[in-house]
Amino acid sequence: MDWSWAVVYELLPKMWEGLIVTVQATFVGALLAYVLGLLLALLKMSKSWIVAKTSYWISEFVRRTPLLVQLYFLFYVLPDFGIFLSPFVAGVIGLGIHFSTYTSEVYRAGIENVPTGQWEASRALNYNAYQTMSYVILPQAIPPMIPPLANYLITMFKETPLLSAITVVELFNVATIFSNSNYKYLEPMTLVGVFFLIVSVPAAYAAMKLEQHFKPKGTGFS
Amino acid sequence: MEEILEYSPLLIKGTITTIELTLASAVLAVIISFVVGLSRFSRLRFVRASAIVYLEFFRGTSAIVQMFFMFYVLPLFGVTFPPLLAGILACGLNLGSYGSEVVRSAVESVGRGQHEAAQALNYSIYQRFRYVLIPQAVPVMIPTFGNLLIELLKLTAVASLITISDLTFMSQIIRVQTALTLEPFLVILVIYFIISSVLVWFTKWIERKFAAGRHTITSKGA
Repeated sequence: MDWSWAVVYELLPKMWEGLIVTVQATFVGALLAYVLGLLLALLKMSKSWIVAKTSYWISEFVRRTPLLVQLYFLFYVLPDFGIFLSPFVAGVIGLGIHFSTYTSEVYRAGIENVPTGQWEASRALNYNAYQTMSYVILPQAIPPMIPPLANYLITMFKETPLLSAITVVELFNVATIFSNSNYKYLEPMTLVGVFFLIVSVPAAYAAMKLEQHFKPKGTGFS
Repeated sequence: MEEILEYSPLLIKGTITTIELTLASAVLAVIISFVVGLSRFSRLRFVRASAIVYLEFFRGTSAIVQMFFMFYVLPLFGVTFPPLLAGILACGLNLGSYGSEVVRSAVESVGRGQHEAAQALNYSIYQRFRYVLIPQAVPVMIPTFGNLLIELLKLTAVASLITISDLTFMSQIIRVQTALTLEPFLVILVIYFIISSVLVWFTKWIERKFAAGRHTITSKGA
């Protein structure tokens, strides 16, 4: 089996377009995951026992089942109820919902890791809920959340090829379509791998730097 | 719903395949995690470097890409795996990369004094890891390994795309044959949820087993 550069040249422009779709899906999906995750975290921390438990189990259900099946669900089931989504929109919604269950844990852990003394101090200062959150809790809770949230962005990027299963023409699907119509597998599959490495290795390095930057300093413990 | 019951033999077969795939690749992933994770402590530069290359390669490219590569590209070089084996290898190699980081960081988390004490006792490298470091590192690894096990189960759904007749594959068959959409996907999501919940309980059980008499380690968390 010989490597053919002609195939590579033919494929590269198409893959570039595919990469753009992949990046779009990643960012839109991540935005959705960040927003929904915050909402889910607040619901899980609700004082109402029923709300907290229900949202916890819904979130666990989504987290413990495969994204691929969830994508099929959005893509095949919703049209039966009169909701027609384009493959891209269905894919992005699937990604966003699936990873919101992960990001919600990041938010929850971040807020819960702020020592109780800080809550008590805000109370002692007679701060209201808004002041407590915006001046005391969030400024301490947000920095440790940033590295894990960045890591989920990379994870989501690597999950986007699943969108090809519901006919989104992203990076991976460009390669499979080309493979299936030309009976060439070596170059397209290798190129997809290389594209992923080119993006995710530097991204992982950046995330590691971010983690070092936001490392809690001198808390006595840890 | 009755129509789905007619397909229960298919569902049972799919469930068994999914469980087989999960367990076999879990075993492979654990072996790889330890081999690669411990290689990071090697005195030989070459061993350390190959561990990092493996890690970055399998963590940096997407799992589906690896699976397709194994299923479509390797046969071009005369290496042909039956689909199930290709699925096990791809899932195991992929999760092994994440697992190796768990092993590495758990061993690093064992207190410095323990490393030094083992050295002071004139333990060989083997003895140091076997009797001092690993027994203390394992309880730290278990919660994260538990999470990875769920990720592994979800990853096996992707194997349906390389013609393995697991649960996800069966849902597609039922959808095509019955033209039903909601029922097959819902049933399959519930089965996945049950399997992963069992895995979660299993991890919690092991965690408690290891926690007995070791609160000093587990109370500090991973």
